[in-house]
Amino acid sequence: MATAETVLEHEVHEYDSKDAWSGGKEPFKTSYGKLMMWYFLLSDAFTFAGFLIAYGSLRFSSSTWPVPDFVFSTAPFGIHHAPLIFVTIMSFLLIISSVTMVRAVQEGHRENKNGVVFWMLLTVLGGLGFLSCQAWEWTNLMGAEHMSVTTNPFGTHTSDGVYLEDEHGHAYKEGEKPEAFKARGSYLIHKHENEATGKEEWVQRKVKYSDGTLGVQELGPPAFGALFFFITGFHGFHVLSGVVFLLIIAINSGSGIYAARRNGYEMVEKIGLYWHFVDLVWVFVFLVFYLL
Amino acid sequence: MGHLSYEASIKAVYRGLILLGFVTLIEVFISLLAKGHVIKGAEQYKVILYTAGLVMIGLSLYKAYFIVYDFMHMRYEVKGLAMSVLLPTLLLVWAIIAFFQEGGSWKARRDQIKEKNAEEVDGKTQGGLSLRNDVYVLPEWRG
Repeated sequence: MATAETVLEHEVHEYDSKDAWSGGKEPFKTSYGKLMMWYFLLSDAFTFAGFLIAYGSLRFSSSTWPVPDFVFSTAPFGIHHAPLIFVTIMSFLLIISSVTMVRAVQEGHRENKNGVVFWMLLTVLGGLGFLSCQAWEWTNLMGAEHMSVTTNPFGTHTSDGVYLEDEHGHAYKEGEKPEAFKARGSYLIHKHENEATGKEEWVQRKVKYSDGTLGVQELGPPAFGALFFFITGFHGFHVLSGVVFLLIIAINSGSGIYAARRNGYEMVEKIGLYWHFVDLVWVFVFLVFYLL
Repeated sequence: MGHLSYEASIKAVYRGLILLGFVTLIEVFISLLAKGHVIKGAEQYKVILYTAGLVMIGLSLYKAYFIVYDFMHMRYEVKGLAMSVLLPTLLLVWAIIAFFQEGGSWKARRDQIKEKNAEEVDGKTQGGLSLRNDVYVLPEWRG
């Protein structure tokens, strides 16, 4: 009698422990794919955070740093002195493409194939628009303003003073009023062709500071160029791979293979998580590089 | 999902678009204000610069919260899932403090080196002491 009870108890206990560990239970009430997408995004967030923290500590370690409003003040069609306008348009493109992505996921829950494909293609358009804007921004910075991974022509004055030469690096003529500058004022050093050698050279104007010391306009901290191209490039690469995956999944949706799975287009939901993350990272890249 | 009706969830999406767009515009306005593009001379005040920075960081964190909780549906996930993704990011608080502190002290060293390089040195030996000829004596140490 007693033995039978013990056996029963033992069996129940064993059944319980087996149940908890033998699979089939979902403590997070989500699929494996979605959970792993979340953890991938978490690890990616750490990569981006590492980059942005590197930007912050290098900026803190430099006595001067380029002012974003001055660096990012050009836009296509010959627009100059329009601080942050172009990059605001880029941000809006990403926000809008995030919204169209949410719409695609919603249509997926309703098993509406055409809706999914339509909204995903709009999302792809938004992503391509963003990439085109970034391509223009990079081209302008590298081609017209000669910024590179190792050189940064955007500098900041450390104290008040006057220029001793004009913009082309020639001494002022008789009667010309020398240009003055203020501390923390921004400048961009241009490249000009040297008449004698035919080589492109930086025009670093001679200056006289208000305390009487002489100097030349220095190039800005080189880390700025490297950080800019690596961080916005890494983000741009995320957008590019997002566009590729969006296209693949849009084609698959159109072909009907997700409809056959009858899981509310979960694949669209997963790429949606990734796409929102790209927008999320841009919030911080925008803050750190352009706003602060 | 299925927490809202189809029509209500579409409305919520467009409300989200307006919210994110509006917050972004405010951020850009504050940034331009702090750099003296709205009111001339505002960039001279450190207080304005720091306050604007803090406000923009706060608004960006709000945008991040909105994207994760509404667009990525974290609001509808189990609490354990949300915490397992969100809590690890708190490690970044330490990283930010440590690395910014490091950057700041780096700057202090650079400034000190610049200052020391600008000081005038005396190549002569100090009274009574015979020093090697590559040793220079700073004025404040001269007897």
